Amino acid sequence: MGIYYSEDHEWVSVEGDIATVGITAHAAEQLGDVVFIEMKEADDEFEKGDEIGVIESVKAASEIYAPIDGVVVEANEELEGAPGQLNESPEDNAWIYKIKIADASQLDDLMDLDGYKSFIG
Amino acid sequence: MTDTPKHTPLYDLHVELGGKMVDFAGWMMPVNYPLGIMGEHAQCRERAALFDVSHMGQVILRGENVAQKLEALVPSAMTTVKEGKARYTFFTNENGGIMDDLIVSNAGDHLFVVVNASMRHQDIPHMRDNLEGVEVTEIFDRALIAVQGPKAEGVVAALCPAVADMTFMQTMVGDILGAECRISRLGYTGEDGYEISIPEDRAVEITKAFLAHEDCEAAGLGARDSLRLEAGLCLYGNDIDNDTSPVEASLVWAMQKSRRENGGFPGAARIQKELAEGASRKLVGIKPSGRAPARSGVEIQCSNGNTIGAITSGGFGPTVGGPVAMGYVSAGHGEPGEQINLIIRGKAQPAEIVSLPFVQQNYKR
Repeated sequence: MGIYYSEDHEWVSVEGDIATVGITAHAAEQLGDVVFIEMKEADDEFEKGDEIGVIESVKAASEIYAPIDGVVVEANEELEGAPGQLNESPEDNAWIYKIKIADASQLDDLMDLDGYKSFIG
Repeated sequence: MTDTPKHTPLYDLHVELGGKMVDFAGWMMPVNYPLGIMGEHAQCRERAALFDVSHMGQVILRGENVAQKLEALVPSAMTTVKEGKARYTFFTNENGGIMDDLIVSNAGDHLFVVVNASMRHQDIPHMRDNLEGVEVTEIFDRALIAVQGPKAEGVVAALCPAVADMTFMQTMVGDILGAECRISRLGYTGEDGYEISIPEDRAVEITKAFLAHEDCEAAGLGARDSLRLEAGLCLYGNDIDNDTSPVEASLVWAMQKSRRENGGFPGAARIQKELAEGASRKLVGIKPSGRAPARSGVEIQCSNGNTIGAITSGGFGPTVGGPVAMGYVSAGHGEPGEQINLIIRGKAQPAEIVSLPFVQQNYKR
């Protein structure tokens, strides 16, 4: 149980075998005003490191990479109509995926909050 | 371009204002401030935004018949630019491509020229080598700022009332807080506004005085790009370059009739041929139907799946409220209303060819 962070600036909040994934406030700030998100759909399977979506800000496009292996349980479709939520509450309302965790041991490769803080300096 | 990025006279002020600084064409420039690109863009469309454009090259050309001599390098009429007026033009190469675009102002006893930051290193020698008997002086001790937006007149006139009487593409020397500034009523946003050349030792003080006006906020390169894209204005290096001709780039309006007919500029053979017979491709506005922005490099296909061109500038248009783009399509295509597909991340996304600009230009004529 807990919240993990990836080097691709995602947060992974784990409850049982379900992980909720989003981008960190630091990532949202770096991206600037988000204007578009493209997401996978429920039941899509992927492996750690796969590209599982794209976020576009006014400036540029950035890929979302899977922090762990899993299957999409739910994508936050509200974001498609209101991508600006990714700037307003990236670590709360603007979660991107709920994922069924395939291999919980992969969580050990992610960082905790202190680790992430020192990672972004 | 591997040198340490240079700082404009306003660098410390950008940092103080919270600007996100990046290396742009060898200069540390703000992409945006805490307001963000969307907010800064809206600020410019609705009130007034101030941009530091000191990275651009400011040049003085002095010499007998200087306007006539400059006509040997550009396809626009230079001798007919009256004192106190400015004109948009471009250097062409022998193949009729565009080497850079620039603004030339008739300042009475000299021409005042502004060229792109990224092309200063090319343009200055180009003029020195080809303008015989003309003194080419690159200015290093003046900042250049742009104050743009429907409230720009009020902001600038508060410190220099005479600017209220200027019209689009007029230029003059004006006194701002005791400093002698060159003020030109033009810009790169589609909005009314001014570009102001300021002695560098007064630049921070004068910039702060403009920013102190309730209608004026600082804006960065990010908003400058989205504003010019919505206004349908070309970005050198993206929409126009050494391969694209002025006819392809829909810049025929900048070549006055006498020059189009008489030639006498580099690349006249290709340009006159294209004027007579049409170009093999042309620059058009493109409106994606969905929400996905189409960036530079995205392939354009016609309805039967054949490739007909590529996007050269594209992104999100904050005033339009959706993605906007410009790109080249081959001859036989490009009529407004034509349905096309854009290949974004491997998927065909529907789009339509539209007339430029996306947002009506708002100049004071």
